[in-house]
Amino acid sequence: MSKIIKGTWVEIEQIVLKPEERAANLPEETRKVPYVLRVSGFLVEDAEMDTEVHIKTIIGRELSGTLKVVNPSYTHSFGNTVPELLTIGTEAEQ
Amino acid sequence: MSRDLSYAAVIARKNEIMKASLGIDFQDFIQSPIAFDYERMMRETGFSHDDLVRIQRETKVGNTPLFELTRLTEAVRKIAGPGKGATILVKDEAANASGSFKARRASISAYQAMIKGYKGMIAATSGNYGAAVASQAAQRGLKCIIVQEVYDSRGVGQPEIVEKGRACEAYGAEVLKLTVGPELFYMLLRTLEETGFFNASLYTPFGIRGVETLGTEIAEQVRGRYGKDPDAVIITHAGGGNLTGTARGLLQAGCNDTRVVACSVDLSGLHMASDIDFNRKSFTTGHTGFGVPFATWPDRVDVPRNAARSLRYMDEYHLVSQGEVFYMTELLTKLEGLERGPAGNISLTAAVALARQMDRDQIVVVQETEYTGAGKHHNSQLSFARENGIEVRRGDPKENQPGKSIVIPERLEQVWGREQDIDKLRLSYLKNAANILPAAQWSENDLAFLAADVKKTPAWVQQHMADLAK
Repeated sequence: MSKIIKGTWVEIEQIVLKPEERAANLPEETRKVPYVLRVSGFLVEDAEMDTEVHIKTIIGRELSGTLKVVNPSYTHSFGNTVPELLTIGTEAEQ
Repeated sequence: MSRDLSYAAVIARKNEIMKASLGIDFQDFIQSPIAFDYERMMRETGFSHDDLVRIQRETKVGNTPLFELTRLTEAVRKIAGPGKGATILVKDEAANASGSFKARRASISAYQAMIKGYKGMIAATSGNYGAAVASQAAQRGLKCIIVQEVYDSRGVGQPEIVEKGRACEAYGAEVLKLTVGPELFYMLLRTLEETGFFNASLYTPFGIRGVETLGTEIAEQVRGRYGKDPDAVIITHAGGGNLTGTARGLLQAGCNDTRVVACSVDLSGLHMASDIDFNRKSFTTGHTGFGVPFATWPDRVDVPRNAARSLRYMDEYHLVSQGEVFYMTELLTKLEGLERGPAGNISLTAAVALARQMDRDQIVVVQETEYTGAGKHHNSQLSFARENGIEVRRGDPKENQPGKSIVIPERLEQVWGREQDIDKLRLSYLKNAANILPAAQWSENDLAFLAADVKKTPAWVQQHMADLAK
């Protein structure tokens, strides 16, 4: 497995609360899953994926967790065209 | 010494964490389990109206344009009865730094954090507020952490929420991205304790006072251009801060007869803490999942007493459906040449219903817009809904069913929404108060506080106390 180099922008995952540690009065489907945190930062030491690592966040805080993503990116978009919207407010509709 | 980080232990340290992170001792204002000195709390922020304006000007907030929506007004007049069809105006709050009115709310907190010598600020929010806090913190040279509910347990988030997180990171914030759950508050407390940063809660007096300038600007702009006060101002309602701050500003400007109308998207039937319902809402804010519980019990928040108290200022509460808001968002783009985010257009939707019933010489103001873009766009949300098995179609919006089908109106005539019985909300508020302290034990001061908090007289509260015992 290839090593991820120190200083790489990564995302880590941390189980904040296990299901049994969570708040009371949660709906069933929420209570049975852990409460999970993800956060991005620069890798402090060379490491392999899915191992425990430290990161330095963009504001310089050091946090730890499991290394999950290298170079985390945003891919959200405008979605697929929803044809139902197209004619609203056009002459075609009047 | 390592502190106990269990859920119960952190929650139990709530009061001390809040005091250290805000510099406000709420005990100083609390008079009983029910009542507290609300006005003194607001006053003792120490800022005059002129201070607020000056602080906001320094960080690119306020003085946003007020536009007349001429083509939409015309379209409403075509379907309204004779002599009906008020002029619809919109306050283009997307023009604030970070793209929404939330910059007003964040600006005063950032200023306070700076002058009190905090190194950074933290806010727990899934909304535009995060970007606003990050943007204001950046301008004041403060570090910023946003604690955000982003994903369901599969790691999937609504495009709108993902975009809001991206915006926070764009302004230089560290974003703690969490799965669904009310433990967001626990995470906030933990992070405040770890860092010693300022708590830029949405519900502090600083946040709410910052919104007052929105109300005073509306009053000045409408008077300047039309020589009269606005007849109604419609406010998208979730946590109550937008409504509270705007209404306070209107009152400060002397708009005593202006109707203050709340509006939310009706999400009846969806559970807000549900891992499954989380991605079936198609709206991330401005909906009844926040609007109703926050109106009927404001003190459910991350500060001991909430400065956002919407029923204190609300005259009416209008509900609209998801499909109606998406329709209006598209119509605003096509008719008025303004492409804006859906959440800000919730009040625009109610404005159509209201303007239709109001006289032609009257003025109704839609008091916000928000930025739009990838993710934060009605097409993104609808496309995501469709991928998640929600039916999307044109038709009668009355058939809209949150989480199951989004029905986009076929014609403007079908945009009505519906009015919510506000007295029911008032009674529900009193019931919640009675759960804190039994009604039989309410003092005269409690009665006066509760009456003010629901915009009624103490006699009205007393009249309904008998019902509470049932």
